[in-house]
Amino acid sequence: MSDKHIDKISGVSTTGHEWDGIRELNNPMPRWWVWTFYATIFWGLAYTIAYPAWPLLTSSTKGLFGYSSRAEVVQDIAAADAVKGSYVEMIKGKTINDILADETLRAIAVSAGGAAFKVNCVQCHGSGAQGSSGYPNLNDDDWLWGGKADTIQQTINHGIRFAGDGQTRESVMPAFADVLDRKQIQQVSTYVASLSGPAAEQSNIEPGAVIFAENCAACHGANAKGNRELGAPDLTDAIWLNGSGEAAIAAQVKSPKMGVMPAWGDRLGETSVKELAVFVHSLGGSE
Amino acid sequence: MQDQSEIIRLEADAVNSARTRQPLYAPRRKIFPKRASGDFRRFKWIVMAITLGIYYLTPWLRWDRGPFAPDQAVLIDLVNRRFYFFFIEIWPQEFFFVAGLLVMAGIGLFLVTSTVGRAWCGYTCPQTVWVDLFLVVERAIEGDRNARIKLDAAPWSFRKIATRVIKHTIWLCIAVATGGAWIFYFADAPKLVADFVAGAAVASAYVTVAILTATTYTFGGLMREQVCTYMCPWPRIQAAMLDETSLTVTYNDWRGEPRSRHAKRMALAGESVGDCVDCNACVAVCPMGIDIRDGQQLECITCALCIDACDGVMDKLGKERGLISYTTLNDYNANMALATAGSTHPVNPALVRNPDGRLSNKVANISLRKLFRPRTLIYLGVWSAIGLFMVYALLTRNRLELNVLHDRNPQFVVLSDGSIRNGYTLKLLNMVPRQRSVRLSLKGAFPAASMSVLGSGKPEGGAFDIELEPDRLKTIKVFVRQAAGQAAAPFQEFKFVIEDNAGGERADYTATFNAPETAQ
Ligand code: SF4
Ligand code: SF4
Repeated sequence: MSDKHIDKISGVSTTGHEWDGIRELNNPMPRWWVWTFYATIFWGLAYTIAYPAWPLLTSSTKGLFGYSSRAEVVQDIAAADAVKGSYVEMIKGKTINDILADETLRAIAVSAGGAAFKVNCVQCHGSGAQGSSGYPNLNDDDWLWGGKADTIQQTINHGIRFAGDGQTRESVMPAFADVLDRKQIQQVSTYVASLSGPAAEQSNIEPGAVIFAENCAACHGANAKGNRELGAPDLTDAIWLNGSGEAAIAAQVKSPKMGVMPAWGDRLGETSVKELAVFVHSLGGSE
Repeated sequence: MQDQSEIIRLEADAVNSARTRQPLYAPRRKIFPKRASGDFRRFKWIVMAITLGIYYLTPWLRWDRGPFAPDQAVLIDLVNRRFYFFFIEIWPQEFFFVAGLLVMAGIGLFLVTSTVGRAWCGYTCPQTVWVDLFLVVERAIEGDRNARIKLDAAPWSFRKIATRVIKHTIWLCIAVATGGAWIFYFADAPKLVADFVAGAAVASAYVTVAILTATTYTFGGLMREQVCTYMCPWPRIQAAMLDETSLTVTYNDWRGEPRSRHAKRMALAGESVGDCVDCNACVAVCPMGIDIRDGQQLECITCALCIDACDGVMDKLGKERGLISYTTLNDYNANMALATAGSTHPVNPALVRNPDGRLSNKVANISLRKLFRPRTLIYLGVWSAIGLFMVYALLTRNRLELNVLHDRNPQFVVLSDGSIRNGYTLKLLNMVPRQRSVRLSLKGAFPAASMSVLGSGKPEGGAFDIELEPDRLKTIKVFVRQAAGQAAAPFQEFKFVIEDNAGGERADYTATFNAPETAQ
């Protein structure tokens, strides 16, 4: 800095830069500032040496500490697995009813099953397990194949009408369009609807009951209460898988829809299925 | 000059005063505060003993809370998210108590500052207290001001190295103890100290101790007054809170000036002399390196040591104490007006004295009454109101709580008999460290409602007994069911109620029951 530029008031030399007669004083930086500045430079260098930083042609420097965020994730997962491990072992080693009897295990199975449910089951049964037309609501107390913990487990393991599993639950409802004429279908539908609510055409009920006894009672039972061995639904209750009312019943009688559920046992493994069964069992409608 | 023979004049330079202070880029000039003695110093020793005592010893106090809660009187249990303070236990959702305390601390600081100035800085600020402690060590090892100046200037010798090593080692020990004490607030102290020494404590404990050791050592030992002057925001904020009725450490130049080192001679010569004999005692003791005779300065932390120093001098001179004193600006101005005949003349100390040499009774002095003014009373009022509200809230708070989450997906479930079911997740908070059994029931329930608890058997008389673990939250799943065709509206309100079976506390929660529109 040339001595020519000395600010008259402060006695400090200026940089020589001038704007509208205002000159910039050339005070040195405060020492704490300078030292902080050097410290940050040192820190920056040290940091890039200690951790992966400098780009190379195909990768980057590895850093003295050999740190890697991937390795950290792997460690975290291993740590989480280690914590989970003992519980998973316990769930694996116990029957589903034992798990239900143990409050802690049950809570763990419910949350693990809930997570598995969100990945594998919500596509059909809905995120709240509430189902939709053709896909059963798992919250209610109406079970086609049984609502006990072990029967639920069996259903999840082997699926329903699932070709790929030898132990799958099988049943077929014939299409009555070939057996019954329009009027008969109308009559039997009215009869079935009348079992759980008021019927539109009273005169259809009696002939409908006769048709029911001849054609339907074999599977659905003489009292129409259904048969879980066959997955035949209870026709007297308030829950209708494929829609309530005469029209929906008639459509089902003519050409029945029959759902398929995949077998999950092979895919998810014994433990996950057990957890799923505990979760479904805990939704509130189970037996 | 005989009467002043015992007054030792010190060559003390106020290194941080506006006249002499270095530019910021120049190396710092060290301050070697001289030991002061007097009433304020004694008071400060007591404050120091109390504050350090509280800090170091609190974690070791025990408080029996039974087998299900820690027995440490003050404990911030971050892992379990509990705060224990003697008989008070705070859960995370009661954090407003802590927030309230912080608000009170803030307003308390306003109150203190507007009445007695920077008392926080001068007496209780950890920076001040620890610097004081570090200075005690420094003085014990290196001697008082002159010895330290001499040692500092001396070339490196074995003795110098030895004293320095001893001093810094003791400082470091204090720093480690300070950092160490901190972590004991967060875990069981006796266990942690054993773990810590054995190397078995969690990493964060060591990191915390290391950081606090470093800050204590650097701030208390090396940086000292620079922390107050350059780093701390409080001096700036406080400046905005002082007013003309706040007490500040003031040099009363209306009786001190004109200062003179040859008072007697000048008095004989008929010249006007003030009380200040320019002995620099006030400068030598100042830990901030300023000269209070320059007037109020940002650097002054009002530690009052210069008052002690000057009072000692005044005692020896046989004059009234208080040449440097706690004074309000109002009083100061009044006295100044007195001494300058309404600022028409230079200060004439004779004007504030009676012919017999004693201070005139027209001189304004501090009085307690002046501390009570609208501003301080408002601060006091707000402060006490918050305090009282917190005490009230603390005494009446419920240690049993209930929170309810209504299932939304699905909102309701139709069961096979046509009845409607809603699901709820209940969170029962047992906030006392003992087991409790509560009875869960429905109140104000809509027609034909019944309840079941997942995993429990049949209800007794429509209610369930639920065991709550000590000091824990329990989550249960509850289903409420209404028979077919009974729903009066798509949304029906009712209450979940829990009652302590041993009598006493109860809690309730208003929930709704959803039904399909068509179910009515
Ligand atoms: S104010 Fe008091 S301590 Fe300071 S120089 Fe004057 S007489 Fe000495
Ligand atoms: S001027 Fe006096 S009160 Fe202020 S910091 Fe210095 S010694 Fe303390």
